Amino acid sequence: MTLAARFTRPARAQGNRPPARPASARSSDVIIVGGGLQGLSSAVHLARRGVSVRLLEAEYCGRHSSGVNAGGVRTLGRHVAEIPLSLAARDRIWHHMEEFAGHDGGFVPSGQLQVCETDADVAAAKARIAELEALGYTHETWADQATVRELVPSMSHHVLGGIWVKDDGYAYPYHVVTAFRASAERAGAEILEQQRVTRLWHEAGVWHVQTQRGTYEAPIVINTAGAWAGELAEQVGDPVPLLADGLMLMVTQRVAPFVEPVLGAMGRPLSFKQYANGTVVIGGSLRCEADPVGRHAIVDMATMRNSAITVTDLFPHLRNMQVVRAWAGVEGFLPDQIPVIGPSVASPGVFHAFGFSAHGFELSPIIGEIMADLVEHGESRLPIHPFRVNRFTQQENT
Amino acid sequence: MNPQASTSPLSYDVVIIGAGPAGMAAAHRAARHQLNVLLLDEQPEVGGQIYRSINSTDPQREAILGPDYRHGHALAAQVAEHVAAGRLTYWPNTAVWQVDTDKTLHVLRDNRPVTVQAQAIIVASGAMERPFPVPGWTLPGVMTAGAGQILLKSASLVPSEPVVLAGCGPLLYLLAVQYLRAGVKIRAILDTTAGTDWKLAWRHGRGLLKGWRYAHKGLSMLREIKNAEVPFYRGIEDLRLEGTDALERVRFSADGRQHSLDAKLCLLHQGVVPNTQITWSLRAEHEWDTDQLCWVPTLTEWCELSVPGIYVAGDGASIGGALVAALQGDLAALGVLRQLNPTGHAGLSQEAATLRAEIASHLAIRPFLNRQYRPRDAFRIPEDDVLVCRCEEVTAGSIREQVALGCTGPNQTKSFSRCGMGPCQGRMCGLTVTEVIAQASGQSPQDVGYYRIRPPIKALTLGQLAQIDP
Repeated sequence: MTLAARFTRPARAQGNRPPARPASARSSDVIIVGGGLQGLSSAVHLARRGVSVRLLEAEYCGRHSSGVNAGGVRTLGRHVAEIPLSLAARDRIWHHMEEFAGHDGGFVPSGQLQVCETDADVAAAKARIAELEALGYTHETWADQATVRELVPSMSHHVLGGIWVKDDGYAYPYHVVTAFRASAERAGAEILEQQRVTRLWHEAGVWHVQTQRGTYEAPIVINTAGAWAGELAEQVGDPVPLLADGLMLMVTQRVAPFVEPVLGAMGRPLSFKQYANGTVVIGGSLRCEADPVGRHAIVDMATMRNSAITVTDLFPHLRNMQVVRAWAGVEGFLPDQIPVIGPSVASPGVFHAFGFSAHGFELSPIIGEIMADLVEHGESRLPIHPFRVNRFTQQENT
Repeated sequence: MNPQASTSPLSYDVVIIGAGPAGMAAAHRAARHQLNVLLLDEQPEVGGQIYRSINSTDPQREAILGPDYRHGHALAAQVAEHVAAGRLTYWPNTAVWQVDTDKTLHVLRDNRPVTVQAQAIIVASGAMERPFPVPGWTLPGVMTAGAGQILLKSASLVPSEPVVLAGCGPLLYLLAVQYLRAGVKIRAILDTTAGTDWKLAWRHGRGLLKGWRYAHKGLSMLREIKNAEVPFYRGIEDLRLEGTDALERVRFSADGRQHSLDAKLCLLHQGVVPNTQITWSLRAEHEWDTDQLCWVPTLTEWCELSVPGIYVAGDGASIGGALVAALQGDLAALGVLRQLNPTGHAGLSQEAATLRAEIASHLAIRPFLNRQYRPRDAFRIPEDDVLVCRCEEVTAGSIREQVALGCTGPNQTKSFSRCGMGPCQGRMCGLTVTEVIAQASGQSPQDVGYYRIRPPIKALTLGQLAQIDP
């Protein structure tokens, strides 16, 4: 069976309940700005609750970080504030992705391992595990040298141990994008591509959202515009220090399977995984320059050198493996490296979810639930206070 | 560690990528004007594909390859003279794996990474064969005619089995003639064009007359093939290459009659197209050429791309053949001179005008050739079961399904199915994918667009990447 055949076509009307389609060509209950995973996930959750949703995407869905990221489904190493969200996303949705989105998105619960190469790494890892245990989290566990060798027999023997999370894994980003998109459309959401939002304003009780093709109206606007969300936030009175930056990855030729878990390193940036097809995707905080106006990032191979060094240190036999391709997605970064999630402070009816700073993929299925809860009930079941939009201005004032 | 790693990058006025006719002519002009020139090429010798191994060909092989091949000698001799006099730096065995818009080049020279800075770059990376996606085109025993010719030129290797040649375009007939001269048995030639439209040819009569040399060459090749009594089939449809583990037979219908030929070797060819990997990787503007059915970079009259300071000459700009390529190389070098010293060269505009007129006269026959050798839709836009992306094994049918799911361009089908993400970097499937999507979605190829081409343009190992300058 072909890959495409495993996805369900976005039928216009399916099931018994009439889908919650936008009420008219111009107005709907909610407008979502940005067709990345956060926007699509919000569309899925909202449309399934009978809310009429129109999503406006500037290019095509999943064009930037959402579609071209490293695909790590990782709770390991998260900022403490993100842990409850990431565990909810993983345990409630990722492990049941087929049920949730009609397709598993290629999710493989391979486990994730963060290796320690020095005594200092070991000390840091053990301190981290103890810190989490004190907070009541037990998902990160210590793997000693023997366990690491059992998990990854081909790894260099200088590795001393690592942090192991067995229920983490990886998925295929663009498959998840496609599955979310198809789910949203099946539930009645309208997704419009090539609609770049230029302006939004509040008038006569509704938000007016203008793109190069038209103006749309809704009482509620969700800002999931990723690296471009800062401009929108600014327009509604919530300025944030969002930086658009490129994030690079590279992929190798296919080789025989030699590593099952997704790997990271404690002492230096690394993201490393071998997909079922044999290719190896390598990254790890490889930032490069982005051109937000031209809407692309500029791959800088010199920066990728560091990852090549780390990988060949850990797996000396990969020295002659060919890099087939390097690429970059544009991502929004915030100074404290955690996202903005929550209602606008200045403008009622506007909600934000952006600035995921290179780790939004795993969170995406739960972010939609949070946004739907905020829209429907005015609050989230999960703790989102640390992600409030005004935290940067508040800190400046104190 | 590399002892040179700490020194600043090597710097040149102009770096020329590719030492075929366009690159050699550009190097000659630039060196004569005392520019600091670096000419680099992947092969161990100058010549490009058309004049491959020009400096080491023995008289016997040269007799097989024909008189056109010898035209390359003059260009190669000029390059050798400049190199000997120290006016030109020439790096053989050098592959470019990234070009930046600020005119930094990242290359592998003798398999070691080196970074070079230029004021201007002339991309003369030539053409590549158009994909020929028919059922069975990926079977062992099926090759491209271009690959067959490279084996002949660089290693004097010819098939030991009777060979079937299928397709269209001058190169197919040229290879047939070269094989006949080398004593190779040709099982059959299958002509996949729609046949000559003589009314149209008549309309291009003036062009034909101006391009008489090309027309004459074509006719004499056909005569040589005819005299050798090679079975020749026209009006080919339903071409299928069949076999279990390797090619066993070639099936087709010709003028409505079914045929099956036993064969272990079949060479396919349906023309060449510009190799636009470098220019796409620079995000330069490109246009879909509706006559040549391929992408061409948008150029100024000085052969400059939409990226300032980067020029394209030869078949990488548009298919025009070796003589046009050399003239364009010369013209692009004039463009570089003008860029580096806008007022310093008297008579430069006049010289450029003369070159442009000469190029136009050589190109007069192109509309006729484009028509005559136009690959038919069925051989460019295949049926559902035919593999399009060989590296990742994606069929035309799968691409059509992806279009139905909302993929509107090659970059979405790439993200979805890895189509075009294998080691060939999309060279073997890019044009097919654009045309399949265009057909399935009712858009023009121009609107569908092409893959975003990403570095490394040439394969690089992790070990080599670990060695590049920080």
